[in-house]
Amino acid sequence: MSDPILALEGVHAHIGGHHILQGVSLEARPGRATVLLGRNGAGKTTTLRTIMGLVRASAGTIRLAGERIERRRTFEIARLGVGYVPEDQAVLSHLTVEENFRLAMPCESEESARRLDTVFRLFPALKTYWQAKAGVLSGGQKQMVAIGRAFVTDHRLLLIDEPSKGLAPVVVDHLIESLRHMRDETTVILVEQNFHMARHVGTDYFILDDGRVVHGGRMEDLVNDHTVKKRYLGIG
Amino acid sequence: MNALDVAVGQPPGRPVSGRHLAVGAGAAALVLVPLIWIDPTTYLVLTVAGLAMGMLLFLTAVGLTLIFGLMDVLNLAHGAFFAWGGYVGFSVLQRLDALGWVETGSLGQSVGSTLLALAAAAGVGAVLGVVVERVVVRRVYGDHLKQILITVGLSLVMAEVIKIVWGPNDEMVLVPQALQGSYDLFDVVVNRFRVLAVVVGVAVFGGLHLLLRRTRLGLVVRAGVENREIVEVMGYDIGRIFTAVFAGGAALAAVGGAMWAVFREQIHPGMGDENLILALIVVIIGGMGSVTGSFVGAVVVGLAFNYVSFLVPKLALGVNILIMVIVLLLRPQGLMGQE
Ligand SMILES: Nc1ncnc2c1ncn2[C@@H]1O[C@H](COP(=O)(O)OP(=O)(O)OP(=O)(O)O)[C@@H](O)[C@H]1O
Ligand SMILES: [Mg+2]
Repeated sequence: MSDPILALEGVHAHIGGHHILQGVSLEARPGRATVLLGRNGAGKTTTLRTIMGLVRASAGTIRLAGERIERRRTFEIARLGVGYVPEDQAVLSHLTVEENFRLAMPCESEESARRLDTVFRLFPALKTYWQAKAGVLSGGQKQMVAIGRAFVTDHRLLLIDEPSKGLAPVVVDHLIESLRHMRDETTVILVEQNFHMARHVGTDYFILDDGRVVHGGRMEDLVNDHTVKKRYLGIG
Repeated sequence: MNALDVAVGQPPGRPVSGRHLAVGAGAAALVLVPLIWIDPTTYLVLTVAGLAMGMLLFLTAVGLTLIFGLMDVLNLAHGAFFAWGGYVGFSVLQRLDALGWVETGSLGQSVGSTLLALAAAAGVGAVLGVVVERVVVRRVYGDHLKQILITVGLSLVMAEVIKIVWGPNDEMVLVPQALQGSYDLFDVVVNRFRVLAVVVGVAVFGGLHLLLRRTRLGLVVRAGVENREIVEVMGYDIGRIFTAVFAGGAALAAVGGAMWAVFREQIHPGMGDENLILALIVVIIGGMGSVTGSFVGAVVVGLAFNYVSFLVPKLALGVNILIMVIVLLLRPQGLMGQE
């Protein structure tokens, strides 16, 4: 097996005096899509925010391609090639769609132009609303901006937090197709509650519960493991 | 709505609301009602004076509004940059006058001394801004109460240092020859300096417009005003951008102070506090985070101050507070602030 792009070992994190992450260990391998599953409040978002340096890890190590990043600042981690799509369709609503993308592309290279073409192919609606303020878009379109914007830069690793949240099933299916496409170009860590999306995008998984990883493995094994699904995800 | 809003405008196509009408009617009333009591010539003089004052207020208010919008920092030491700018401008003019450049000498020399005084004020303001942001303000991000306490304390310290360096008394400021005297526009006497103030204010507004709308730095600042986390995760060092905006705001306030010094022909260590109060009113009227809002707010405050000073001198500050209260009731986010 190849070396992991990202590896967390015994990561702890505190927010406002609460001990949220209590020793998270997980890894993501290149070319694969790793899904973080778990109940509400399990610590999935906090895990992604800790990787991005938005929450300080109080203990443990986070390695990006072998290099320790848990003391790095957020913008440095981003410059090392980690992209982040936050929860809740986080677009810059006062900027146009174009400006949202321009901000994400520090240099307009051939590669980013090619990726922008891919984004337009996956999300044609973005072309229609290119000059509109991102704030007036629908939830699904905002999510397309947020995901597309992270995709146009050539990231080594893309962290995506619950892209399906609040979206209609057809939109979710559209996103699944797009994420499968992106997965072929970039290593992805996906936080997802929607098991339909998780199983169709993910190749590997980890289950978080109360700030700890309680289970992990290959997605095809989880699909058939009704005991684990019932116990930790309440499904199956 | 002007394209320069850092804060959001109304979504397009929304019908004109009662509030818009009220704001428009208010603006018309502000400009026209004074004509009932003031004869046209005096009115024009007061209008030019009001615009000039507004532009000088804008120079302070714009930094205040951007620092609040971008960094969520209430910087009550902003007036101190204004005062420092006034004193630095004063000192530079005094030195240059010893060379015979300011009150006498050629046109080039007096224009040059004006520019040098403003540049020195801007430079000192920027350096003070960097130091204040790095040493003091950075420690209190995210905590408004601490920001208020620490920046009020800082402004007291900065005013005390002025007293130590320049002494506690009022100082008379030399006015460069090129700025003395006045133009005659349609029989109305227009002080030259006021024309300069309007030109500088409009130029700064236009320059900021271009900077915010046409450059990547401007894009990052506008994005940061809305959500700094998104900007950071895209790889921008928002800390450095904060410092730059803070320093730029401080430099503009210092230029405003230097111009104010020449305008009033005198300075005193407390001049920053008076300016800060008016600048805060401007920012609240215009809307926190909006550059256009500050510009409009500054014009409103400058005009209202001058008309009312002429009619009922004692109410000059009160009327601006009244306007602020009315705006807050009609549009709590300010004329052009974000909802
Ligand atoms: N800013 C905060 N202040 C206090 N507690 C917080 C904060 N952010 C998160 N928490 C707590 O941390 C725990 C984990 O939150 P997190 O957002 O990581 O969960 P999650 O797995 O992403 O949940 P969801 O599926 O609902 O998004 C929760 O109990 C939450 O209440
Ligand atoms: Mg979450």
